[in-house]
Amino acid sequence: MIHFDNVTKRYPGGHEGLSNVSFHIEPGEMVFLTGHSGAGKSTLLKLIGLLERSTRGQVRVAGRNLTRLSRSQIPYHRREVGMIFQDHRLLYDRTVFDNVAMPLVVAGLGHLEIGRRVRAALDKVGLLSKERDLPVTLSGGEQQRVGIARAVVSKPPVVLADEPTGNLDPALSREIMSLFEQFNEVGVTLLIATHDLDLISRMDRRILVLEKSRLARDSASEGAC
Amino acid sequence: MIRKQRKKQSAKISARSSLRVDIWLMRHLQVALASLGRLVRTPLSTLMTTLVIGIALALPSGLYLLLNNAEALSGNWDGAASISLFLTQETSDKQAHELANKLRLDPAILQIQVIERSVALEEFRQLSGFADVLESLKENPLPSLIIVEPQPEHAEPAPAEILLSRLKKIKEVDFAQLDLEWVRRFHAITEIAQRGVLILASLLGLSVLLIVGNTIRLEIQNRHAEIEITKLIGGTNAFIRRPFLYNGAWYGLFGGISAWLMVSISLLLLDNPVARLAGLYQSGFELSGADLATLGVLLGGSTLLGLTGSWIAVGRHLNEIEPT
Repeated sequence: MIHFDNVTKRYPGGHEGLSNVSFHIEPGEMVFLTGHSGAGKSTLLKLIGLLERSTRGQVRVAGRNLTRLSRSQIPYHRREVGMIFQDHRLLYDRTVFDNVAMPLVVAGLGHLEIGRRVRAALDKVGLLSKERDLPVTLSGGEQQRVGIARAVVSKPPVVLADEPTGNLDPALSREIMSLFEQFNEVGVTLLIATHDLDLISRMDRRILVLEKSRLARDSASEGAC
Repeated sequence: MIRKQRKKQSAKISARSSLRVDIWLMRHLQVALASLGRLVRTPLSTLMTTLVIGIALALPSGLYLLLNNAEALSGNWDGAASISLFLTQETSDKQAHELANKLRLDPAILQIQVIERSVALEEFRQLSGFADVLESLKENPLPSLIIVEPQPEHAEPAPAEILLSRLKKIKEVDFAQLDLEWVRRFHAITEIAQRGVLILASLLGLSVLLIVGNTIRLEIQNRHAEIEITKLIGGTNAFIRRPFLYNGAWYGLFGGISAWLMVSISLLLLDNPVARLAGLYQSGFELSGADLATLGVLLGGSTLLGLTGSWIAVGRHLNEIEPT
């Protein structure tokens, strides 16, 4: 589902965000991406969501070669990649419902269909009763769950999460992770960047470790999984 | 069985595609109304922008209307490209008619009108209010008058001049006058004024583009986060652009309407004094406002200006916002 072949990302000024990284993630896998801050986790996710482009090497997602994707095709690629952020990136002047509905509105779905799917997604993350609330009235954990509902509402085959539990206490983090596992059970490919090693060790999933912009360890190739 | 299923499927697909068009139209309507609602929610800034656009548009359209009125006024004088032949005192009415008959055969002349001395006197008596004075005169001081209207091709300045000098040579003619010069000057002046209005309209139209462009630029800045997130979740540039374009079009339309109101009110204020002035010249002239076609051009043009202004702004600034 996600293929990195000798991918290097160099920023203007010479700093390398990623150096020669290669790995494959199969459809339906749930993979953790870890490493110190600045090791390149965010850069890697940004390359998949086409927030940035690789300097060298090839990135392929769902059979699409992102290196060759034109600017005008980027939106259609992003519709197939749900993204979850540490800072949620919600619109604070719109209700929970409207926030979650955005990907469907953008995709041009009908009114009824949007209502149905948004409620299903909100139900899934346990926020159905708060659909009319503004995000500011919600707790951090709840806001994160709104962000998750928005990422999965259009049923993308790939979901990326960048430090989704960064600001949450352990109990809430576990809750979020069990949500991710539920999505994974229905076939969604997940790539979750986190530095919460405790959490990862308890989950027994494939782990990619980045160190100084390089892929230092892939638990799959060690037969640990 | 299979065929039936296929039929069902294709029916489903066509139903879906017509549904998509419906959704597309609905989306446009929604976005148009949403951007209208956004404008209504900030009434003061919307009003100010609208008024600025309105003033910028009212100036050229008001001047245009005034010019139109002036043209209508001068239209009455176009027929006055005629030559007046004042005959000598000795020429009798009979001789005048004989001369007129002779002139009617002239191929350069379209029409001849004879105003006999007695008729002229009567007219003067009625119009001037000097009836008593005229009464005391022993004889009619007014000459007979022949008004010559040249054929159109001889009404042009140069041939009319030739005709004039030809008519001047007739023995009975005391004095001949071509009533063309000042009409021509007036035309020249209105032509300059027209050019001026055109230049003014272009400059002010440009200013409307800039006003709308700047307003939309600020709007884009204010909605930076929204644009960024919309791009993150796969919103196309067309999708993001749409509300701003509607915004600009609304600004243009409202600006056009307010310009029209300003012009109408100004004309209303001018109406009475103009009627009084026209009355002093014994003219029934009335200021005419914008007709439907002019109004259509004004509103359509202003909407288009607003749309273009926002298009330029959106095109310039939307690409600068990329999610990170």
